[in-house]
Amino acid sequence: MRLYPADTIRVGAAGLRTRPLRVVLSALGIAIGIAAMVSVVGISTSSRADLDRILARLGTNLLTVAPGVPIFSAEPARLPTEAVTMIARIGPVTSVTAVGDIPEARVYRNDHVPSGQTGAIAVLAARLDLLGPVGARMADGVWLNEATAQYPAVVLGAAAADRLGVAESGIRVQVWLGGEWFTVIGILDPVPLVPELDSAALVGWPAAQRYLDFDGHPTTVYCRADEDQIDQVRSVLAATANPEAPLEVDVSRPSDALTAKRATDRTFTALLLGLGAVALVVGGVGVANTMVISVLERRAEIGLRRTLGATRGQIRSQFLVESLLLSALGGAGGVLLGIAVTATYATTQGWPTVVPAPAMAAGLAATLVIGSVAGLYPAVRAARLSPAEALTAP
Amino acid sequence: MTPVVRLEAVSKRYAGRVTAVDGISLSIGPGELVAVTGPSGSGKSTLLHLLGTLDRPSAGSVHVAGHDVSRLSDRRLSDVRAATIGFVFQQFHLAAGVPAVDAVADGLLYRRVRHAERRRRAVAALTRVGLAQRLDHRPHELSGGEQQRVAIARAVVGEPAVILADEPTGNLDTASGAAVLDLLHDLHAGGTTVVVVTHDHQIAGNLPRRLELRDGRLVNDSIVDKR
Repeated sequence: MRLYPADTIRVGAAGLRTRPLRVVLSALGIAIGIAAMVSVVGISTSSRADLDRILARLGTNLLTVAPGVPIFSAEPARLPTEAVTMIARIGPVTSVTAVGDIPEARVYRNDHVPSGQTGAIAVLAARLDLLGPVGARMADGVWLNEATAQYPAVVLGAAAADRLGVAESGIRVQVWLGGEWFTVIGILDPVPLVPELDSAALVGWPAAQRYLDFDGHPTTVYCRADEDQIDQVRSVLAATANPEAPLEVDVSRPSDALTAKRATDRTFTALLLGLGAVALVVGGVGVANTMVISVLERRAEIGLRRTLGATRGQIRSQFLVESLLLSALGGAGGVLLGIAVTATYATTQGWPTVVPAPAMAAGLAATLVIGSVAGLYPAVRAARLSPAEALTAP
Repeated sequence: MTPVVRLEAVSKRYAGRVTAVDGISLSIGPGELVAVTGPSGSGKSTLLHLLGTLDRPSAGSVHVAGHDVSRLSDRRLSDVRAATIGFVFQQFHLAAGVPAVDAVADGLLYRRVRHAERRRRAVAALTRVGLAQRLDHRPHELSGGEQQRVAIARAVVGEPAVILADEPTGNLDTASGAAVLDLLHDLHAGGTTVVVVTHDHQIAGNLPRRLELRDGRLVNDSIVDKR
């Protein structure tokens, strides 16, 4: 006669209920393994979700154009002054802007700072439409306008302001830039897609030409294009920016760099997944051990159940169900623990918490596989005892 | 009348050439109350295991409720055991921490009876053995005699045709032992076949039929009517 499924589970659970401490300890082994795997997957997924969130906000359609390595001349490569106008004529390009590096210009907190202690701050001439395409925002003050771009006014990147010790902008806040006093009219928030702006001092294009001997050639052109046609735009960008020497132009996509940076986390992930797998095996051995001992010390119970009419198959499934429940308990605990670890870590990093459902499902599936493998041998052994043998066991 | 249990030239040899039961033939009819006696090592327990289909004979045949045990698969044999035989042992075999009513309900577990129905019948069986007030007590909260009565309730809850009791009073004091024997007598009076293995001659003497074993052989099968 077959047992009702509910009774099969009830009998298996009864074996666990009477030995709570042992159950907790052997489930813990499984739980640690599953928690390790779930949290590794969860943490890397959360990190990726954070990256995706940043990219979604910033856009992945930003392309930068910069002068490359000169091929035929000894002169450094330069972009033509008309590069911005020409790129703007490419159909799918939605916006375009540029900065021009002024390598000779230095910026200091005041005129007493010894020359050379620049804090690695670059002075850049900036077009008035810079903020939109690069996704920059003002932390304080205002951006350059038609008027301030003519005069000695400067907007500092976040890191540059920090290094100069400028906490806020204002009419009385001035820095010593290229031998002139420049008024700090604004400070930028960090710009994740274009981190070089963080350590830059940005002055107006006309002011740079007037006060700092700027040659008017852009050194980096930033342009945004339709997401769908980004590759086509990319292929014509070099020739458009510098028709005379397209090979001397570098075109890149900053979001690729961000993605690549996060990709280096993956080796670490593989290592931790390996550790999690080892923990799982150890947990499985723990469950098998518990079940083997359980069979040894419960021979009398097995004998009694046989006298009550239990078949070999029913004894086998009792012990199999018991080990499955034991591992499932560990697996569920492990998944919860993994979620908790992920949530804690993601929160401290300011990431969204994401634990992919397939990872949780795989964790639970792994425990069921481990449970059945670990329980099989003890279950077969329990069923093999003849009833009389089992009963007369000490 | 078909016998409940019939043995024909049954022997049981264990590895190491120990012959525990040697060519026994007997038959026990419905409603009998039988004592199996003999000194230690005479094969009483082995005989009980053979009667109860817990062991298969090395030679000869065992018929229980009309079934030839040697021809049944493990599954069919288990069904026969579940439906027709109730066991009572010297050790009570009650799991620690399990309330009496659940232990008794387990007696019906392998007979495809629903959980609620099992409990209902377990309560009835415990009431029958006089433990209606002890339903939720765990083994450590019960005296030895009470524990054995729980074990008897578990054996009879499925209303088996035959009860096999192996030294049921062996671990009990005289008063508790007497209560347990009274219970077995009551079951017999209710129509159940009861076989009691005991080395206590006084107990054996009070039962209508006695089977006496020595060195695995049946040396005496007497029907003693004390009335």
